[in-house]
Amino acid sequence: MEMNEAKLQEILDQYPAKVQKNRKKHIFIKRSELESQQIEANTRTIPGIITNRGCAYAGCKGVVLGPIKDMVHIVHGPIGCGYYAWNTRRNKAKSDDPKQNFINYCISTDMQESDIVFGGEKKLTKVIDEVMEIFKPKAITLSATCPVGLIGDDMGAVAKAAEAKHGVQVLSFSCEGYKGVSQSAGHHIANNILMEKVIGTGEQEEAPAKFPINLLGEYNIGGDGWEVERILKEIGYHVVSVMTGDGSYEAIKNAHTAELNLVQCHRSINYIAEMLETKYGTPWLKVNFIGIQGTIESLRNMALYFDDKELTLKTEAVIASELARIEPVFEQYKKICEGKTAFCFVGGSRGHHFQNLFSELGIETLLAGYEFAHRDDYEGRDVIPTIKTDADSKNIPHYTAEVDEKRFRLKVSPEKLEELKAKIPLGQYNGMRFDMKDGSIIVDDLNHFETEEFIKLLKPDIFTSGIKDKYVIQKMGINSKQLHSYDYSGPYAGFNGAVKFAEDISMGFASPTWNFITPPWKNQPLLEGSVTEEGVA
Amino acid sequence: MLDCTPKEITERKSGGMINPAKTCQPIGAMYAALGIHKCLPHSHGSQGCCSYHRMHLTRHFRDPVMASTSCFTEGSSVFGGGANLKASIQNVFHIYKPDVMAIHTTCLTETIGDDVSSIIKTADVAEGKLVIHANTPSYVGSHITGFSNMTKAMVSYIAESTLPVKKEQVNIIPGFVNPGDMREIKRLVKSMDIEYIMFPDTSGVVDSPMTGEFEMYPEGGTTVEQIKDTGNSQLTLALGRFASSDPADLLNKQCEVPAAVLKTPIGIKATDALLMTLRNSFAREIPKELEIERGQLVDIMTDTHFHFHGKTVAIFGDPDIVTGITEFVLSLGMVPVHVLTGTPGGSSNSAAGSFEDDINEMLTTAGITANVKSAGDLFTLHQWIKNQPVDLLIGNTYGKYIARAEDIPFMRVGFPILDRSVHSYLPIVGYQGAMRLIEMISNTLLDRADRDAKDEDFELVM
Repeated sequence: MEMNEAKLQEILDQYPAKVQKNRKKHIFIKRSELESQQIEANTRTIPGIITNRGCAYAGCKGVVLGPIKDMVHIVHGPIGCGYYAWNTRRNKAKSDDPKQNFINYCISTDMQESDIVFGGEKKLTKVIDEVMEIFKPKAITLSATCPVGLIGDDMGAVAKAAEAKHGVQVLSFSCEGYKGVSQSAGHHIANNILMEKVIGTGEQEEAPAKFPINLLGEYNIGGDGWEVERILKEIGYHVVSVMTGDGSYEAIKNAHTAELNLVQCHRSINYIAEMLETKYGTPWLKVNFIGIQGTIESLRNMALYFDDKELTLKTEAVIASELARIEPVFEQYKKICEGKTAFCFVGGSRGHHFQNLFSELGIETLLAGYEFAHRDDYEGRDVIPTIKTDADSKNIPHYTAEVDEKRFRLKVSPEKLEELKAKIPLGQYNGMRFDMKDGSIIVDDLNHFETEEFIKLLKPDIFTSGIKDKYVIQKMGINSKQLHSYDYSGPYAGFNGAVKFAEDISMGFASPTWNFITPPWKNQPLLEGSVTEEGVA
Repeated sequence: MLDCTPKEITERKSGGMINPAKTCQPIGAMYAALGIHKCLPHSHGSQGCCSYHRMHLTRHFRDPVMASTSCFTEGSSVFGGGANLKASIQNVFHIYKPDVMAIHTTCLTETIGDDVSSIIKTADVAEGKLVIHANTPSYVGSHITGFSNMTKAMVSYIAESTLPVKKEQVNIIPGFVNPGDMREIKRLVKSMDIEYIMFPDTSGVVDSPMTGEFEMYPEGGTTVEQIKDTGNSQLTLALGRFASSDPADLLNKQCEVPAAVLKTPIGIKATDALLMTLRNSFAREIPKELEIERGQLVDIMTDTHFHFHGKTVAIFGDPDIVTGITEFVLSLGMVPVHVLTGTPGGSSNSAAGSFEDDINEMLTTAGITANVKSAGDLFTLHQWIKNQPVDLLIGNTYGKYIARAEDIPFMRVGFPILDRSVHSYLPIVGYQGAMRLIEMISNTLLDRADRDAKDEDFELVM
């Protein structure tokens, strides 16, 4: 069914007037004849709306810090916050030193009523002492939850005293859940402190091998990061650090030695990418390792950047051999998927990234959006200067990176940089709207009501979303796939990931289980008879 | 796996948790609220809480878990959440059209001191619609406390005593158990031909059938009329002291319905106790079919006892479930050596008694000394096991890490189970549930025996 403004209005008309006015600004139908199509994003969710959004704490500890395997992450607050961010994001991690792998531990100060009344600083100090005694980690993070900010616990002071006492870095993150309007605030808070206090504290001046890169915004869900690293290493890159999937404190400290920063999930880590450029002169390249063509394009862009004959040849050789291996398998799955339609709604980048892969499988994306994006994620980075800062964003402390006089070095000449920028997305990011077809719908912070309405109207064959939506969609008889956790499968990145995704999606379409939804007796009358000349017998 | 956990136990005085065995009140309140027909749970606080709770419940039940949130930002935290809650009430009834909105608080709204009952009183609630609330600060108790508090709210807001003489019907508060368990308890009561009201009742809500259509409010759940009528019942059975006794006490105070607090009917003794209470209170014979079921259970117990008799076991999870499982494994001749719950466990001095006292009493009767702890964490449990290994670990999904680290057979029971399916449909309560537990225990142990057997010891008949 063709989507148009009138049909959209019919859906919006069901809202109370105030809600309608608000939601209208978060939705548009792609029209390429319009030069710009503005969307409202990164603003408050309407109270009472069933949203999929999380909070600043989820973005800070849950997304960015949690995957760092060799740090002990202490959550300061009542038990729930620590508990829910414990092993629930599938950030796979393998440590060289199993005694310094804390990925499966959940440490919480478990604040009680008396801590709320009298303050929780003493308890936090004791928990840090115990963590040091039991685990002897090289560094610790402290993440604040809602009540911590309200009662005024000075986590910074506790961290400082603990650093002095134990001689290891103790980083404090004021990522209380009420900050900002979604997880996005927490990403920013985590980025700031990692940049201010960790990156660049390593002793290495230079990377130990050629073509050193950092992979930013890759959380190794289902092993995505490992697949990307496999390809990069085969070509000859040296991966200095991954932020933060399978990431380590030790590696992140030396992130300044990279010659190029790759940015996979732009939303969660673009701050670090930008600050690395300011501080060390390292450009960042937007990559997308989701989808075969996306992966190829990213690899070729990297080769263009380094402009090394051998590296370029190896890049093409790896692409060719990988393609030869996976294409026949991928084609089989494509036959099942071709002609189908999809909704793609998740997170901060996946809603965009996965559209490539869908399209390679012959699946058209009818609706897409993000949970916690900003306007630039939809409209492209060019709109950043026009984004107004509202009260909710102002509450997030701003950290400005400054040039590191000793280590700043232009990795490519300004002329060369300009030349490259014309060819590859260096320091650049095109918003989702540029990749979507005319007539498709873009929705920011899609909510439950709209989910149901859009499904009824457009009847997609598959809806990729998160766990909270998954069973709602399936109950409607529509194939649903989680793109936060990959339904406990993966990896979906890189060449192997594309095949795995194709396999999983095809399985969803081809499963005989869908055929049982209507019981046989619903299609047959109870009384069977035959019509004769005398009437019904 | 968990290589950083040392065998040597150092005293931890901070009160902090490492690998908790509990979570916070609001998720329990959300689950209880789902057990009211046409009710939308509402989380008053930051949207992250609501998101986490829906995520976790959805993963356990693999079914839609709908709930709304007040979507706090820093401004609402400073100026109070009244405006957000009032807007929520308006929007929820307009857009999602529930009959009941069940609000629970979070640690944020509790800390700033939002007076939810006053806000509700001054909110614009349409005729025939109902808003109830429970205070569920996350820094008190656990998810079990939250379940209990929301169930209490059902009583305080809805239950009424309207008849001069109580009806011959029983209220059943099932506690924080799966919908499959609730269905099984209802089957037992029905088979005794006793009128009953179960509340909350999530069966039909989080185990709803696949029809090709999404129902925001499926057929299940206790209706408001039924909850109202609980005040007219002759008796309340509170199954599981931790999740159910407070609402039952309140109903007694409010509507003079006497309460009997029983164990969650896990295993033969607790099921016997449930049926005997019903039999004696309502003068009903135990029907033949239940007697047959019980006989089958005992037959299975005697047939298989040699598989598990004397085997040591560690049990953790929610207090009512752990109490039931401990009692049952004792009935099977097993030896619980570590028993732990994350939920704070009452005290020996209180009228209700304590978790540790309950467990220790059962163990003492059986002549067993064990490590028993309430308000414990899985780090403690793991250290205990390192020092005194066991033949079987029983608990929720989080136990799989310890089981792998220590190479112990592991049986999943309780909440949450995030890595297996079907569990929420199949009961562990009643005689049938006990049979299933035996099957699970013996299969877990026998699969392991097969796996470990040398070729020459690998046997067809076991």
